[in-house]
Amino acid sequence: MTAITHHIPDPLLAAYAAGNLPAPYALVVATHISMCLECRAAFDAHQAAGGVVLENIDQEPLSSDLKSSTLALLDRPAPAKPTYKRSGVFPGPVMEVLKGKPPKWKSLGLGVRQSILSSGPAGSARLLYIPPGQAVPDHSHNGLELTLVLQGSFSDSEGRFGVGDLEVADQDVEHTPTADEGAPCICIAATDAPLRFNSFVPRMLQPLFRI
Amino acid sequence: MLYANTDIDTVDRPPIPGPRKGKAQVTKASQDLSQQTTWMLAVRDARDQAAFAALFDYFAPRLKGFIIRSGAGAGQAEEIVQEVMLTVWRKSDQFDPARAQVSAWVYQIARNKQIDVFRKEQRPLPEALTQDPEADPDASQIIALEQEAGKLRQALALLKPDQRSVIEQAYLGELSHQEISTQTGLPLGTIKSRIRLALEKLRHELKEIR
Ligand SMILES: [Zn+2]
Repeated sequence: MTAITHHIPDPLLAAYAAGNLPAPYALVVATHISMCLECRAAFDAHQAAGGVVLENIDQEPLSSDLKSSTLALLDRPAPAKPTYKRSGVFPGPVMEVLKGKPPKWKSLGLGVRQSILSSGPAGSARLLYIPPGQAVPDHSHNGLELTLVLQGSFSDSEGRFGVGDLEVADQDVEHTPTADEGAPCICIAATDAPLRFNSFVPRMLQPLFRI
Repeated sequence: MLYANTDIDTVDRPPIPGPRKGKAQVTKASQDLSQQTTWMLAVRDARDQAAFAALFDYFAPRLKGFIIRSGAGAGQAEEIVQEVMLTVWRKSDQFDPARAQVSAWVYQIARNKQIDVFRKEQRPLPEALTQDPEADPDASQIIALEQEAGKLRQALALLKPDQRSVIEQAYLGELSHQEISTQTGLPLGTIKSRIRLALEKLRHELKEIR
């Protein structure tokens, strides 16, 4: 496996560590950290900074019984919560959204497929499956788009992106990611706005197809 | 009660603790560690309730201040404080002092809980890197990390008030990623390299047990 060369920009990582990144981006960032020791270390460093802030914050006096009532709860069993492990090319955070099941792909034509993971006011996250040599339909977006490669690779005007690489494209970038030869390219992409495709599907149909 | 055993001899203490059968050795070498780390290891390795109570006394008033700063009322803040501290107790096996200060670990739990309560959503989290329970705890790494965190604390204290308040805002989750500049003013490079070393070691160990 080739080394990861495109990492998470630090402001995104800081906002993620502080819990202030819109959910679709947070999913992509958590997925990248699951694949990248470099960014995991940077994430941990931001947590260290957050910890120092916590240590220095103005303290608030507690109700007198808070400690005793907390200690009294120590023997209660913890609520069980399922944890999701990596499955195939999908790291744990993706499997968590998929609830442990394989993705449900929908065709976008020409062999390109997508599986929407989440879609709402905070933006959307989806998986994309792009056969070799095939382009993701030319699209632009309102805000920031994060695309993380899980299998294969793609190239566009910004460079080549292999497994683990994260492309960060702001609204000025009108890029045409094209899957390289080899294995089909699978990636996870997130935006903070509904995608506006320039081709394939007329814009008026977008709400119907949720793309 | 390993934690209560504070009168350990200073003479033939091994510089790096041996394999933790019963996970006890790391606390033996712990007089160089901060109190918080010592307490947390006693909670993790010996389920020591007295150590937990000490952690509660240290963190709960800070957590309450932190959560009120984020906009909660006093009553709700205390509910969250309690949940955070219970998570500290229940998930203590995930605490790895080679990679995180206790405060860093508690900070993340607090932020997760706040997102849970205020936004009604679960923050996506990276896959946990499980520790090999047979691996030697590396006291020198733990101490080195504590020193780096100490430097971070000093750096924060030395900042001008307006700079410090920007950093507080950022880590309280009051700034968006667009508002966080690339220069936060905190020197995170060295602590990051330190953690990176611990992660490399962990990955190496995990490969060996597979
Ligand atoms: Zn990275």
